[in-house]
Amino acid sequence: MGQLFSKKNKEVFSTPIGSMNNPVTVQVLGICSALAVTAKLEPAIVMGLSVTVITAFSNVVISFLRKTIPNRIRIIVQLVVVAALVTIVSEILKAFAYDVSVQLSVYVGLIITNCILMGRLEAFAMQNAPWESFLDGVGNGLGYAKILIIVAFFRELLGSGTILGFNILNYNPIKETGYVNNGLMLMPPMALIIVACIIWYDRSRHRDLQEK
Amino acid sequence: MATKKFRCKVCGYVHEGNSAPDKCPICNAPASEFEEIKEGKSKLDTNSNVYTIFYASVMVIVVAFLLAFVSSSLRATQNKNVELDTKKQILAALNIRGVKDAEAEYNKYIKADMLVNEDGTLTENTGAFATAYEKEAKENNRLHVFVAEVDGQKKYIFPVYGAGLWGAIWGYVALDSDKNTVYGVYFSHASETPGLGAEIASEHFQGEFPGKKTLEDGDIALGVVKYGKVEKPEYQVDGISGGTITSVGVNDMLRKCLNSYKSFLTNNKEE
Repeated sequence: MGQLFSKKNKEVFSTPIGSMNNPVTVQVLGICSALAVTAKLEPAIVMGLSVTVITAFSNVVISFLRKTIPNRIRIIVQLVVVAALVTIVSEILKAFAYDVSVQLSVYVGLIITNCILMGRLEAFAMQNAPWESFLDGVGNGLGYAKILIIVAFFRELLGSGTILGFNILNYNPIKETGYVNNGLMLMPPMALIIVACIIWYDRSRHRDLQEK
Repeated sequence: MATKKFRCKVCGYVHEGNSAPDKCPICNAPASEFEEIKEGKSKLDTNSNVYTIFYASVMVIVVAFLLAFVSSSLRATQNKNVELDTKKQILAALNIRGVKDAEAEYNKYIKADMLVNEDGTLTENTGAFATAYEKEAKENNRLHVFVAEVDGQKKYIFPVYGAGLWGAIWGYVALDSDKNTVYGVYFSHASETPGLGAEIASEHFQGEFPGKKTLEDGDIALGVVKYGKVEKPEYQVDGISGGTITSVGVNDMLRKCLNSYKSFLTNNKEE
C-alpha cells in the first residue's frame, strides 16, 4: 500500500481518458451505445456518467471475487454482477431521485449490455487488485464519456441547431442565409462517421496507434 | 519435500529451494524481486464441476435475495414517487408545468377523480388514486376522468396510453368543458429514440395541440399525421420528422383511448 497513486496507477487511470488507450477509439468498445444516445448532448452526458459509475463499481466487485470465480462461467458471473448492480442503482434512484431515474430508464438496458463493462471486467478486473480496477473503471468510463460528448456536441449542433436544448443556429441572421439543419446528423450512421473522424485525428497525431 | 518455489517477478524464472536466490540467473534481479508461489492441497480447485455449480447456485441465490430485498424495502417510497409523478403529469396536461409541490397544486386544480359509466355519466371514484390506467381500463373496466377547474372553467382530463417504436407511450389530454376543444396535452414515453421519437415529450410538440377539436361528426378526429401532410388543420397536428412510428403511435393512442370515452364525450346532458 502507500502507492495508491503510483506511476502505474496514474497510467491506468489516465491513458483511457486520453487518446492512447481510449475505450471507444482504440479498444473499439461501446460503439453501439455511442450511436444510440448521442443525438442530443444531455443524454450523452447522463449516459457517460452512469457508465463511469457502473464500470468502476463492477470492476471493484469482480476484482474482489476474481480469485474465486470459476473460469468456465466467468462471463456469466460478470454479467450477473453488472446486471444486479445496475438494477439496484436504478431501484434506489427510483425511490430517492425519481426525476433522474425517469431520465435514466432508457439507458439502464444499454448500460448492462455496454461492451465497455464486459471488456474491462474481462481484460482488467480479472487480473488486477480492486483499487487499480477502480481507477481503470473510472478512467475508461470518463474516456467513453469524452467521446460521447464530442460526438453528441456535433450531432446536436449540426442536426438540431441547439446545444443542451438551447438554440444556437436557429436564429435569423443564420437562417436568412438559407442554412438548414442537417437531419442526417440525427441518424445513427453519422455517429459512426464522427467517431471515425476522431480516430483519424488521433492516429495522425500519434503514430504509435497506427498499424504497421 | 519441503522445497518452496519462488518466481522472479521480472522475467518469470522459477527457482526451487528453501529461500529465494540472491540473484536471478536469467535477468540478475535481486532477491526482493522474487515472490513465493504458494500451492498446496488446501487451495480450492476453482475449475471443478462441483465448485462451478455450487458457485453459480450461491451467486444466483445471493443476487436474488439482494434484489428482492432492495425491491421490497423501497417499494413504498417508489409508489409514492410514481403517484406524485402521475399527478405532475396530469397537471402538465393543464399546461401547469414544472411545479414544485405537485400534491398541493393537484389538490388546488383537480376537483374530482371520476369514472365513466356505460351511459356516459360520471360517478366518483371511491377507490385509491390509480396510476396504471391501461390496467384500470382493461382489467377492471374503470375509465378514469379527472375534472379540473382552471380560472373558474371546467376541464376534463383523460389518460391515454399506447405503443411507440421501442416501448410504451402514454399521456393525458385535457379538454374544455365543451368536451371537444383541446385545452392541453402531455405525452411521455418509456424508451423512444432521443432527438426523434422522444420529441413527443417536448413542449414544442405538445404545444401544437391546444385549440384543436376532438370530434368530427361524432368520431374522434384529433390525430397526428406525417410532417407537412396536415389536411384538416382543425383536427390534425404535424408529426415528428424522423419519428414517424412514434408519431403514428401517438395518433393511434389518441384515437383508441378517446374512443373508449365516446359515450361520455357525446353525452351533452349536464350532470
